[in-house]
Amino acid sequence: MKLVVCINHVPDTETKVKIGPDGKSIDRTGVNFILNPYDEFAIEECLRLREKNGGEVVAVSLGGDSHKETLRKALAMGVDKAVLLKDEAPRDSFSVAQALADFIRGVSPDLIFLGKQSVDSDDAAVGMMVAEMLGLPSVSVAVKMEVDGKTITAEREIEGGHEKVECSIPAVITAQKGLNEPRYPSLKGIMAAKSKPIEEVQPTPAQPKVDVVAMKKPPAKSAGKIVGADVSAVPELVRLLREEAKVI
Amino acid sequence: MKILAFAEQRENEFKKSAFEVVRAAKTIAEQGGGEVLALVIGNCVAAIAPILGGFGAARVIVAEDPKLATYSTTAYAKIVSEVAKKEGVTHVFLPASSLGKDLAPRVAVRLEAGLASDCTALTVDGGEVIASRPVYAGKAITDVKVTSAVKVFSLRPNVFSAGSSNGTKAPVETSTVPLSDADFASRVVNVSKSEGRLDVTEADIVVSGGRGLKGPENFKMIEELASALGAAVGASRAVVDAGWRPHDEQVGQTGKTVSPTLYIAVAISGAIQHLAGISSSKYIVAVNKDKDAPIFQVADYGIVGDAFEIVPALTQEVKRVTG
Ligand SMILES: Cc1cc2nc3c(=O)[nH]c(=O)nc-3n(C[C@H](O)[C@H](O)[C@H](O)COP(=O)(O)OP(=O)(O)OC[C@H]3O[C@@H](n4cnc5c(N)ncnc54)[C@H](O)[C@@H]3O)c2cc1C
Ligand SMILES: Nc1ncnc2c1ncn2[C@@H]1O[C@H](COP(=O)(O)O)[C@@H](O)[C@H]1O
Repeated sequence: MKLVVCINHVPDTETKVKIGPDGKSIDRTGVNFILNPYDEFAIEECLRLREKNGGEVVAVSLGGDSHKETLRKALAMGVDKAVLLKDEAPRDSFSVAQALADFIRGVSPDLIFLGKQSVDSDDAAVGMMVAEMLGLPSVSVAVKMEVDGKTITAEREIEGGHEKVECSIPAVITAQKGLNEPRYPSLKGIMAAKSKPIEEVQPTPAQPKVDVVAMKKPPAKSAGKIVGADVSAVPELVRLLREEAKVI
Repeated sequence: MKILAFAEQRENEFKKSAFEVVRAAKTIAEQGGGEVLALVIGNCVAAIAPILGGFGAARVIVAEDPKLATYSTTAYAKIVSEVAKKEGVTHVFLPASSLGKDLAPRVAVRLEAGLASDCTALTVDGGEVIASRPVYAGKAITDVKVTSAVKVFSLRPNVFSAGSSNGTKAPVETSTVPLSDADFASRVVNVSKSEGRLDVTEADIVVSGGRGLKGPENFKMIEELASALGAAVGASRAVVDAGWRPHDEQVGQTGKTVSPTLYIAVAISGAIQHLAGISSSKYIVAVNKDKDAPIFQVADYGIVGDAFEIVPALTQEVKRVTG
């Protein structure tokens, strides 16, 4: 089974965002970057499928040299091959998807995994765009999946419930928390990853269709009113919610 | 400007977001000079379609087929994009719901359009739509402009006001997009609903509990408060990781982003990842025994005290005043 997993390199969720000097992106100084949390579930699912069915897992990331760090983490977890689509031009989800889809076409995998969302842009779009560009069926936000021969049955989260989706291989899956429990890289894995090569490929040039005009901080929320320190404050809180905030 | 508004329905009932999306499209079309065409996909949905007129749709197109009763990402993408092409629309609006987030990127690709996803505000500037969308889970907001000929926007549910209907019934037409079995490459074969449970992304009020509740059994009092308020139950990641609550209740940067009018955080410290998911709540209430808990820095109202005493009292008081 040939598997491709697309992984992104994003600011740690602990990051306190500061707007950069261009007023359109964040100030990256001092920011710690990590493997996008949802992409860990995507990698783990690939490794499990390979362990069960044999085959190869290729991890691919589009971005600058810094993305090698994230590709190394994927290698340490156990992927067979890491590819950097090296390009630092600003992109929207469409042009990220285009570069990934063009690369994936050359690999012709059985399954393609992505995370459900990057925790920086929060687009939650690249996965389904890749699927559409490759003309493949898909399941997004998957929390469970099974492969039986050529058929995939997966469960995705919807508002207040779950949907069971069926499609055939090849297909695109985007991973949601709950799909599995990602492994920690072993020390041996980490050591081995250091010497594994990361292939560099020139991606399809960026042609974004969405321009960022400005980035700003959300209106600051100031600390509100401490209504009290025990149950005696409850009636006053309810009064405020009814009469001042008018929300209940 | 001609806007196609995708009106989501489930089991032949419109979701609240359907009205929000049509109304937002109407507001933008009025500013940009243009009209709104709504699209409903499902089985036997023509009967419910006319009411979209009351929210601003000039016409409604329905695509009906027994096979469309449940969602199919491939078939829906084909219908939306073919209708958009045929009608020569310039903008497509969809909800950023679980269905919309799955569908919008495919529609964008088929229309060679840029996608502004999960928008929380839309304005018109010199005939161009500027969309505001939160990034970094709401720690920053970007204003974006879509530069392709056709432009696709998905709108965060619960943020845009649907307003009330003016009673107008829109004329309904039937879609002529042909569908074959190949268009149903991915299909939903079963939907399981958590009976009676509201979803945190759709609810007007959310009551969330954190690790300070000590154990899953103590969520009973959170459920009781939620039920008194007609609210959904949410949880911090600490609670979900401990297995006390299902992960579809997790609120925060790696959980769900919520935009209720009232968010009540009980025994939740207010870690940066949790705060990120609640920043677009209108009012935040915190109950925590630690007066220095970061949640108080964003709470509009707080009680510093023991949740085990305060929550049951709060439930009683809510029942008393609303009952
Ligand atoms: C990559 C990453 C992603 C993350 N994503 C999320 C996310 O999406 N959502 C999320 O919530 N977290 C997320 N976290 C975790 C986050 O950092 C915190 O660990 C978590 O939010 C803490 O949950 P908590 O507030 O319930 O628990 P704690 O931080 O342990 O807080 C418990 C609170 O309860 C109070 N308390 C105790 N007893 C009582 C009592 N009797 N009455 C009243 N108050 C009481 C305490 O004072 C304390 O403030 C993420 C972390 C990482 C690293
Ligand atoms: N630059 C990138 N390189 C590789 N994969 C990416 C990149 N950006 C996004 N992805 C993948 O697409 C998913 C969804 O991202 P997004 O649409 O940006 O929220 C991520 O979880 C990754 O799996």
